[in-house]
Amino acid sequence: MNSAGRSYSTLAACGVAGEKRRSPWWEVWRRLRRNRAALVGMGVIIMLVMVAILAPVLTPYDPNKTDMKARLQRPSLSHPLGTDNFGRDMFSRVLYGSRISLYVGFVAVGIGAIFGGVLGAVGGYYGGRLDNFIMRCMDVLLAIPQIILAIAIVGALGTSLVNLMIAVGISQLPRYARVVRASALTVRGQEFVEAARAVGARDVRIIVENILPNCMAPIIVQSTLGVAQAILSAAALSFLGLGIQPPTPEWGSMLSAGRQFLRQAPYLSFFPGLAISIVVLALNIFGDGLRDSLDPKLRQ
Amino acid sequence: MPELVKAENLVKHFPVAAGRVHAVDDVSFSIMEGETLGLVGESGCGKSTTGRLLVRLIEATSGRILYRGRDIASMNGRELRQARRQVQIIFQDPFSSLDPRKCIGETIGKPLEIFGVGSGREREGMVDVLMEKVGLSPRLYYKYPHELDGGRRQRVGIARALSLSPDFIVCDEPVSSLDVSIQAQILNLLQELQEREKLTYLFVSHDLSVVKHISNRIAVMYLGKIVESASSPDLFHDTLHPYSQALLAAVPIPKLNRRRERIILEGGVPSPIAPPPGCRFHTRCPQRMDICASEEPRLVDAGGGHLVACHRVFGA
Amino acid sequence: MNGPLLEVSDLSVVYRTYEGTVAAVNGLGFSLHRGRTLGLVGESGAGKTTTALSIMGLVPSPPGVVESGRIIFDGQDLLRLPEREMKRIRGNRISMIFQDPMTSLNPVLTVGLQISEALAAHQDLSEAEAERRAAEMLERVQIPAARYREYPHEFSGGMRQRVVIAMALACNPSLIIADEPTTALDVTIQAQVLELMKSLKEEFATSMIMITHDLGVVGEVCDNVAVMYAGRIVETGSLEQVFSDALHPYTRGLFRCIPDIEEELSVIRPIEGLMPEPLDLPSGCAFHPRCPRCMEICRTRVPEAIERDGHGVMCHLFSEGGGGDHA
Repeated sequence: MNSAGRSYSTLAACGVAGEKRRSPWWEVWRRLRRNRAALVGMGVIIMLVMVAILAPVLTPYDPNKTDMKARLQRPSLSHPLGTDNFGRDMFSRVLYGSRISLYVGFVAVGIGAIFGGVLGAVGGYYGGRLDNFIMRCMDVLLAIPQIILAIAIVGALGTSLVNLMIAVGISQLPRYARVVRASALTVRGQEFVEAARAVGARDVRIIVENILPNCMAPIIVQSTLGVAQAILSAAALSFLGLGIQPPTPEWGSMLSAGRQFLRQAPYLSFFPGLAISIVVLALNIFGDGLRDSLDPKLRQ
Repeated sequence: MPELVKAENLVKHFPVAAGRVHAVDDVSFSIMEGETLGLVGESGCGKSTTGRLLVRLIEATSGRILYRGRDIASMNGRELRQARRQVQIIFQDPFSSLDPRKCIGETIGKPLEIFGVGSGREREGMVDVLMEKVGLSPRLYYKYPHELDGGRRQRVGIARALSLSPDFIVCDEPVSSLDVSIQAQILNLLQELQEREKLTYLFVSHDLSVVKHISNRIAVMYLGKIVESASSPDLFHDTLHPYSQALLAAVPIPKLNRRRERIILEGGVPSPIAPPPGCRFHTRCPQRMDICASEEPRLVDAGGGHLVACHRVFGA
Repeated sequence: MNGPLLEVSDLSVVYRTYEGTVAAVNGLGFSLHRGRTLGLVGESGAGKTTTALSIMGLVPSPPGVVESGRIIFDGQDLLRLPEREMKRIRGNRISMIFQDPMTSLNPVLTVGLQISEALAAHQDLSEAEAERRAAEMLERVQIPAARYREYPHEFSGGMRQRVVIAMALACNPSLIIADEPTTALDVTIQAQVLELMKSLKEEFATSMIMITHDLGVVGEVCDNVAVMYAGRIVETGSLEQVFSDALHPYTRGLFRCIPDIEEELSVIRPIEGLMPEPLDLPSGCAFHPRCPRCMEICRTRVPEAIERDGHGVMCHLFSEGGGGDHA
C-alpha cells in the first residue's frame, strides 16, 4: 500500500506539468531551490570562493608583512582577528589562506573522486579478477596511514603545490573506490544495465551513463567530507615542510603554527580552525541537498 | 512460414562454489517467423536463462543460436551489435529494468542514439511516435520511471525494445509483476504489436494461462530441459508428460466447481547443481518406472510435431 | 457463541504523507462467520493489506491513522483495546501469514525455536512442553520433526511457507489472516500449500481471511468473497454468487481480464485506464473513469451498498432507479 502510494504520488501532477519539456538540470535546480539549508550552504561556499578571489581587495594589510612591534596582539579594530607571532595581520592571512586551502581541498578531492570513482565503477561493473586486483591495490593504499602515504608521494614527486594536491588526492582515492564499487555492484545487477547491453551499448557507455550516475549519492557525501580532510592533510604536510612553504598563508599551517601560542593567543588557532569548520559545514549541508535533488525519486 | 530463430543443443552451466549449476542443458527448439513460442516452467527451470542466451546477454557454454541461419553465439563484437538491432528483449521487472536517473524519453531514445539514428531533434520525434505506438502519451517524455505505475513502465520497456524495429523479441515474464487488469492491457498490446510490426516472440512465463493465451506453440521446461513441446491446443488437450500434466492441474481456475483431478507433486525441485540421473523428473513423478532413474528419455516426436521426453509415453 | 466471529464496520484508514492524505480504506464493512474463509480480492492499492493490518492493530503509525470504525472480534472492539490487551490477542487468537516466507522468519534462529517461542509467548508452557508442541506442529505441516534444528535458509520456499503456517497455527488461533500466502511460490508448490491450508483450517476449525489478487486461489479455498477497489468493498457474497453472477462492472471486468485456460481461443478484455491515484481518488464511484457502464450519477455520488440474499454490491446500476439489468 505504502509503496503504491509513493509510486502514484506524482501522477496527479503530470497532467498539468507534463506539457512542457524541461531539461533535467533545470529539474535539479528546481528541487535544490526548495531545500533552504542546501541553499544556505551553497551561499556560504560561493561567498568563500568570492572572498578567495577578491582577497587582495578585501584585506587591509599585506598578509606576509611582518611587524615586530605588533606581535601577538588581541583582536582589535585595527586588527580584527589579532596578529601572529611575527606581527602579521591574521584577518588578511585568513582571507588569503582561503585561496590555497579551498584550491587544494577541491582539486585534491576532484582527483580522488574522479580516479577513485572510475576505478570503483570499473571494478564493480566487471567483477572477477580485475575487481579483485583493483580492490587489493586499494587495500594496500588504505593500509598505509593517509599522511604517511602522502608524505611518501610528495617525497617521491618533489615539493610543490601540484604534487601536494596529487598526494592528498591519491591518499583519498581508495575511499571513493570502495564506496563506488559497493553501489556499482548493486547497480550492475539491475535489469536496466542488461537492457542497455541488449540494445548494444558498449561497456564504457554503460559505466559512464548508467553505473556512475546511480552511484552519485555516496560520491557526493564522501566528497563533502573529503574536502575538509584534504585541507587538513595539506596542512599537515605543510607543517612538515612538504607542502606549502611559509610564509604563504594557508589555514592548516596557520592552525598548527598557532598551537605554540595556544595559551597566550588562542585566537591564532581559533580563526583558521573556524574557517575550516565553516567550509566543512557548508559543504556538508550543500552536499546533502545536492544528493537529494540529483535523485529523481526524491522529487516532491 | 520460414524458420526465424533456431536454438541447437544450447547448454549453460554456471560455475558456483559447490560445483556447476546446470541452468540449461541441451535445449533445442525453433521459432517460425511471426509466431509466438511460449516457454513455461517453474522458477529455476532455466526458462529465463534460455531467453537471455538467445539475445546473448549471457554467453552459452555450448550450442548454436541461429538467427536467419546465422549463428549469433559465435558472432564477434561488430556483427553482434548489428544483430542486436533485430533481436530485442522485454524484461520482467518494470521497476528495475528502467534507469531511475533517466527520464523515460531518454530511455526509449537511447538505442537510437547508440546506433546513431537521426539527429537529436529527429530522435525526439521518433520517440514520440514510439510512445504513441505503445499507448503512452508523449507528454510523459520527461517523466521519471518512479512517477509511472507498473503498466506504463512496462510500456516504456516495450517502446525501448521496439525502437530499433526488431524482428524478434524475447519477452521475459513481461506481465507477471503487473495487476490483472493491467496485465490484460499489456498482453493485448503485445498481440497488437505483433500483428502490426510482424514480430516474432519467445514468451517466457510461469503462468500457464497467460502462455496459452498468447502462444502458438509451447515448450515446457523442467530443470534445464525441455520435457514437452507442442502446438498450444495439443499441449492442453493431449498433455503427455507427467510434469506438464501436474503443472496444468495445479493452476487455480477462477470458476465454480471446476475441481479437476488434482495431481499434487511430492517435494520440491531438486538442486540444479546435481540434477537427478536418468529422467530429471523421476524423483517427483507419480508415474515413474524403473528405467526412469537410470536412462534419460530423449525428446521424441509422438506424432504431429508433438515432442515429449518420457519413457512412459513410448512404453519403453 | 453465535453471530459472526469478526465484524468490521465503517472502517476508515488514512495515511498522512507529505504529498497529502491517502484514503487507503474507506468506510469498509464485512463480517466473517466462524469456520469460514473470506477471500479479500483486489489489485494493488485496493486497501487489502491495510484492512488486514487494521485487524491486527499493526497499521504503521505514523503515517497511518485509523479514522473511524469498529472491528468487533468475538465481542470485543479491537480498535478500542489497549496495546497490552492487543498483544495478547495478536499471534495467539489472531495470527497472520505474510507473502514472503523468507522475511517473516528470523534467519539466525532454528525453525523449531521460532515456533516454540511463538507458543511460549502466549501460553504458559514449560520449555520442554513448548518444544514438544513445536515439533508436533512441524509434523502437522508435513515437515519431519527431525528438521527442528535447521535454519530457514536450509528449507525451500514452499517448506518455509509451511513453517510460517505452523507458527501461525501453533497457538490454535480463531482467526488467521493470510496475506498473499502463495504468491511467491511456484504453481505446483502453491497447490501443495493451498491443499495443506485447507485441510489444516478444517482440522483446527479456524476462520480465515485470505488476501489475494488471484481469483483462481479464491475459487480454490474461499467460501465468501469480498472484492475491493480503491479502499471500498464493491461486491461481496458467497463464492457461488460472486463467481457465477458477478454484478459490479469491476468484478465482471476482472473475470474478463484473465485468460481462460480451458477455452480453445481465449479473448481477454482488459479494464481500460489506469489504477486510481490514491492521493486523488475520482469523485463519486471511484471506478467510474474506467467503467464501461458509467452513468451521470456515478461521477458525483458514491453509490450505496445494496444487498440481496447476502449478495452485496456498491453500484448505481443496481440502486433504485438504476438499470438493474445486469446484461
